[in-house]
Amino acid sequence: MLLISCPNCGSRDETEFHYGGQAHVPYPENPNELNDRQWAEFLFYRDNTKGAFAERWLHSTGCRQWFNMLRDTVTYEIQAVYPMGSPRPEAAGKVTAETGTASLAPDSTTTGTAAPSTTGTSISGTSNTPASTTAPEGATK
Amino acid sequence: MAETAAPATSYEKNLSLRVSPAAQLRADFETGSVRGVVELSEIAFLTMVGLRVNRSSDAGQRVASVTGGLPATCGSVSGTRDTSVLWLGPEEFLVVAPREAHESLGGELIQALRGALGDGAGQVVDLSANRTTFELTGPRARAVLEKGCSLDLHPRSLLAGTALSTEIGNIPVVLWKTGEETFRLFPRASFADFLGRWLLDAMREYASPEVP
Repeated sequence: MLLISCPNCGSRDETEFHYGGQAHVPYPENPNELNDRQWAEFLFYRDNTKGAFAERWLHSTGCRQWFNMLRDTVTYEIQAVYPMGSPRPEAAGKVTAETGTASLAPDSTTTGTAAPSTTGTSISGTSNTPASTTAPEGATK
Repeated sequence: MAETAAPATSYEKNLSLRVSPAAQLRADFETGSVRGVVELSEIAFLTMVGLRVNRSSDAGQRVASVTGGLPATCGSVSGTRDTSVLWLGPEEFLVVAPREAHESLGGELIQALRGALGDGAGQVVDLSANRTTFELTGPRARAVLEKGCSLDLHPRSLLAGTALSTEIGNIPVVLWKTGEETFRLFPRASFADFLGRWLLDAMREYASPEVP
């Protein structure tokens, strides 16, 4: 579970947010001049970055506002939260000036280190019995 | 459907025929409430108005003069005595007022807001039927909500008078802490039955004596 710092509402649970895909994908200036391949690449082709990745998020059950987030796809560390329309901050730099979310660091470090290790152990470490008990529970819902 | 053939139904009778979204749970709320521990009730038909306006614009200031201010930050609530404005987003607010403020009962709140907005950028929408209101009160109210809410509800973090849009029992609700031990929940009408039963289930353990 990620703890995401919404620029408007502060730290909230990941379940309150919706993922919006890769950020900074500009709409083509002259869409009519693109051929089918270029149009398809604009619509469907996205980076599959290992490491820092700029993505859009929507705080759907909170303030219903979009924002950009720089997240490490390996460690889940949230490196920066910045408004829509502003350029991507430096990959090495932590938080840029315009975000103003000072409480970002403790949230991102705690969730960032914990999330991958717990999921890895729970999947590989548990035997068949817990998995079989959870399956019908999900089916009834 | 069938009533359309009978033109005799008056305006007042139509109002008396209104059914609130959790009306079928009224008896369950009575029996499920534990007196002095945690009590749940539905406050039906409150007047709610969705506001979308920029606070700093001229129209925003005109609207603010009607409502008694527009809240500036997440969680804050402004307003005069019985009309409250809850912050939902940077330019989105929810006005909550008693049911008498609705135009069907002779109130003038919505017309006043519409008039204040004028032709400025924004909108005033009557959302009274969109959500219903649950009031959860008692020393154990926070413990009940903590079973399904990821927010920090401890009084050192969530002060009375704060309203936050969040999820309770996986339902999107607006949670408004109106008193030290009193919460108001605004679920959408279609979620009211589920959330009412979810809260009753969460309250049930407090009916039996505490196991030390």
